[in-house]
Amino acid sequence: MADPPLALLAELTHRCPLACPYCSNPTELVAKGAELDTATWARLFREAADLGVLQLHLSGGEPAARHDLADLVRAAREAGLYTNLITSGIGLTGARLAALEAAGLDHVQLSVQGVTAEVSDRIGGYRGGFERKMQVAAEIARLGLPLTLNAVMHRDNLDDLPATIDLAERLGARRIEVACVQFQGWALVNRARLQPTPAQVERAKAVVRAAQERLRGRLVIDFVPPDYHSDYPKPCMNGWGSTGLNIAPDGTVLPCHAAQTIPGLSFENATVTPLARIWHEGAAFNAFRGTGWMPEPCRSCARREIDFGGCRCQAMAILGDARAPDPVCRKTQGRAALDALLAAEAGHEGAFVYRRA
Amino acid sequence: MTAASDIPVLPRGVRLHPDRVRGLTVLLAPERVLTIDATGAAILSRVDGRRSIGEIAADLARAYAAPAEVIAPDVIDFLQDLAEKRMVDLRHG
Ligand code: SF4
Ligand code: SF4
Repeated sequence: MADPPLALLAELTHRCPLACPYCSNPTELVAKGAELDTATWARLFREAADLGVLQLHLSGGEPAARHDLADLVRAAREAGLYTNLITSGIGLTGARLAALEAAGLDHVQLSVQGVTAEVSDRIGGYRGGFERKMQVAAEIARLGLPLTLNAVMHRDNLDDLPATIDLAERLGARRIEVACVQFQGWALVNRARLQPTPAQVERAKAVVRAAQERLRGRLVIDFVPPDYHSDYPKPCMNGWGSTGLNIAPDGTVLPCHAAQTIPGLSFENATVTPLARIWHEGAAFNAFRGTGWMPEPCRSCARREIDFGGCRCQAMAILGDARAPDPVCRKTQGRAALDALLAAEAGHEGAFVYRRA
Repeated sequence: MTAASDIPVLPRGVRLHPDRVRGLTVLLAPERVLTIDATGAAILSRVDGRRSIGEIAADLARAYAAPAEVIAPDVIDFLQDLAEKRMVDLRHG
């Protein structure tokens, strides 16, 4: 039997006032009418805790679009889960944050799209957003809620990385997640426009290394490198069906948020089937679990338990074959296709395709 | 530098949790789950925001009938490591 999962990402809604072109939500968004109600989410949180989940990430879309957010936090804490809110900040007020705190919220992860209003609002597609985020950050600090600043980085803002780290410090964040954009969902549509240059990536790595040294014990810096520029793939989801699961707004249970891009996989719904059964026996969860599914060269590779052959959705997106090794890997034939893409898309100057319903 | 006079405290958002499914004690923090062994649990259960590292080590030495000079460096290492991960705050006493 598979080990139990540690983390659940609950996509409470796909609604969001922002329209980030790097959004990882699927291009087919779930409508409001199909969203699970409060009682159903509360039951799923209990099922998740019984299954072994320790950490819950309340995400979206924008979770603050749900009016029952404080009730959901309370239900999560009652289920015994460490409860993290992943938010753009839009829709949160001082009063709502205080209610979330009273409900037992453990931690807030606030996203910024840039370090100035000009960049942040242009990328988020939402005028006045940056100023609102700064107000929300001040409220979070006033309440003393632990804060992580989340910055998705790409060609338009990667050069602002030092200022982004400064902003995290200034806002009193304990941690910053510098996540180079991963090409799923809307980000895949905008890949050519978002792809950083190799020179940007090298500078960013040096900035992160120096900042980690300088800020040790003050600010934790977690860096997600841009994997197209790496030699080996990321250990996607820490191994398919090994550590975490996602529940989409309508209750569909997914091994990762882009799993629906893989044809031939069927997904179960937690309103119909118990979560434990889906985790342990669901066909989608078992499709790429462990190492048994792997082709060569992964099957006999020393890194097979380090990166698990990389991201299935990326193999699907680039090679059209979800069973292939992640094309980021330089030991595989697929890498040539990735390099060709990088070369063909370099310096692309088109307009963003903003996320929309 | 971590000193025996420093006073450790678990910051908000970091808590010890009995993992009933796996039968373990874990330390939960933002994006982190750390399994805590018996020694770690003995140390963290004494972290109350009042006692210094030296006092905690002395208390452990009494409880486990071991010399404090042997225990103190381990306690410092353990807490300093957590402090670098921002899972423990150290107040300079
Ligand atoms: S990435 Fe942007 S558009 Fe997508 S859910 Fe987050 S804030 Fe909204
Ligand atoms: S061959 Fe497969 S397992 Fe080995 S590094 Fe490449 S993707 Fe990872």
